Amino acid sequence: MKSIVAQELVKSYRDGEVKALDGLNLDVEEGTVLGLLGPNGAGKTTTVRVLATLLTPDSGSATVAGIDVLKHPDEVRKVIGLSGQYAALDETLTGWDNLNMFGRLYHLNSSAAKKRAEELLEKFSLTEAAKRPIRTYSGGMRRRLDLAASLIVKPKVLFLDEPTTGLDPRGRMEMWEVIDELVKGGVTLLLTTQYLEEADHLADSIAVIDTGKVIARGTADELKNQVGGERLEITVEVNQIPEATKLVEQVTGTKPSVDNGIRKISAPVSNGSASLIQVLRLLDDANIHPLDIGLKRPSLDDVFISLTGHVAEVVVEGGANVAKRK
Amino acid sequence: MLQSVSDFLVITKRQLLQMIRIPEVLIFATIQPAMFVLLFRYVFGGAIDSGVKGGYVQLLMPGIFVQTVAFTLAATAVGLAADMQKGLIDRFRSLPISRSAVVIGRTVGDTLQNVVTLIVMGLVGFLVGWRPSSGIVKVLLGFLFLLAFGYSMSWIGVLIGLSVREERVAQNLVFMTVFPLTFLSNAFAPTTGMPKILQYFAEWNPVSTMVAACRQLFGTQNIFGATANSWPSENPILMSLIYMVLLVAIFAPISVRKYVRVSK
Ligand SMILES: Nc1ncnc2c1ncn2[C@@H]1O[C@H](COP(=O)(O)OP(=O)(O)O)[C@@H](O)[C@H]1O
Ligand SMILES: [Mg+2]
Repeated sequence: MKSIVAQELVKSYRDGEVKALDGLNLDVEEGTVLGLLGPNGAGKTTTVRVLATLLTPDSGSATVAGIDVLKHPDEVRKVIGLSGQYAALDETLTGWDNLNMFGRLYHLNSSAAKKRAEELLEKFSLTEAAKRPIRTYSGGMRRRLDLAASLIVKPKVLFLDEPTTGLDPRGRMEMWEVIDELVKGGVTLLLTTQYLEEADHLADSIAVIDTGKVIARGTADELKNQVGGERLEITVEVNQIPEATKLVEQVTGTKPSVDNGIRKISAPVSNGSASLIQVLRLLDDANIHPLDIGLKRPSLDDVFISLTGHVAEVVVEGGANVAKRK
Repeated sequence: MLQSVSDFLVITKRQLLQMIRIPEVLIFATIQPAMFVLLFRYVFGGAIDSGVKGGYVQLLMPGIFVQTVAFTLAATAVGLAADMQKGLIDRFRSLPISRSAVVIGRTVGDTLQNVVTLIVMGLVGFLVGWRPSSGIVKVLLGFLFLLAFGYSMSWIGVLIGLSVREERVAQNLVFMTVFPLTFLSNAFAPTTGMPKILQYFAEWNPVSTMVAACRQLFGTQNIFGATANSWPSENPILMSLIYMVLLVAIFAPISVRKYVRVSK
């Protein structure tokens, strides 16, 4: 069964000048994770806002957990959880206050709300910070609390809008662990991200979105293969380029592309690490010591260039903690 | 029905909690009007010849009370704009709660803050010579009137806060409008000194009718009031009530509608 279905969603701003959504189609199988992958301005937040009943599209339709989003928004709100792009919490209140408040708004009775708040604080490693105002939280802690607030009543469908944008690597890892844990619990999750590796790690299937449309759909591997899979990249001294190029070609069987400016030789490989070792050996025999060598998986940029023919403008936003005015 | 009552109470409670968590806000919110009482009492009080029994402070206190509760509009607008900006309104809107809970909770919460502010101001006023002479029932009625006026002004604040979406814009906008409104009135000085056209405005200004109503309820002759024997200055209590009902009847439905459709 499909838990989320969006059909031909259109939403434009400024009298049609900006098309945030331009006929977007989407579906997510129950109990699976869909990564909605796209650069800044692609329409990810707009999609989430439509599905979470916050925004009415100009045209198109959508259902969440089988309920029509436009006809029965009240029913939809009962079964979804939403954690937006920026942590939406009451900054002046403590973590405990916030969860308790949201618990009451989800119509838990007083003692159930308290119990749930404590459980969630524990689960998200926030018990120690529970009595501190949110103002004093780090970006990662805010995001975790925000996520906790969307899980008060176990939602059937969960929306996470760029859950790790703006977090430091540690915050990101912690968030990933939390999300992994959630997914094991069987929730249907729609997650947006600007990072292919994140979609790769967390999602069962990925939809690439650009200018308000889904332009590709598949698993991470499928998408990467579409771009050409892994590449071997070597940087050597200028005078060694010709010989190194020959050796790489010998191993990979395809003619490498060479960038003389940055002295980089690169070629697609099918069996990455084996080729890497082989090339290293040959280079060593030829007494060439590469300045840099490695396997590169296709990045979001690569996927984008290959899918759309233009470079994705991946602007790393200020992120939850920085964007907030104190 | 019961559910929606409990929903808005949760939102109201959130505001009371904020007061406890950052007491500075409430302290400043009460120091400011208390300071106003002292400044007006001692700076203008000497210059303005009131001619009423008990001196200028009898006329001043209803004026400052009304000015303060009129600013509930500002508190509501700024508070909601801040919630908008932080995305909290979005979160509330994604919850299965009644569509009016958040805005009703906010207006009630701001009114409860007024209770605290009015008590502090009343006490400061008493210390500097304010002596309402109409008896306990009428005095309490006067305060009830003030709270009701603040509550109805709060609904304008809802619409402004949800429309401008930015805390600072809301702040500037409301101060630019509420301050003139409270000064183009009989709150602090006689309207007779104003140009004719402003006198008419001042006479029909809800702030004036409220101040006149409160003076009446607190037992002070309203010598800053009527220039002509106009209907609002003859019937300040009734006129004020009409204004309050109108404000809520107009702005509550528009604001709730705005909330349902608002998108960040
Ligand atoms: N309220 C709005 N007014 C005008 N333009 C908007 C508004 N919201 C979004 N947009 C525009 O719609 C496009 C998609 O935005 P969004 O869904 O936020 O993208 P993403 O979340 O993928 O970064 C962007 O070009 C953005 O500028
Ligand atoms: Mg976004």
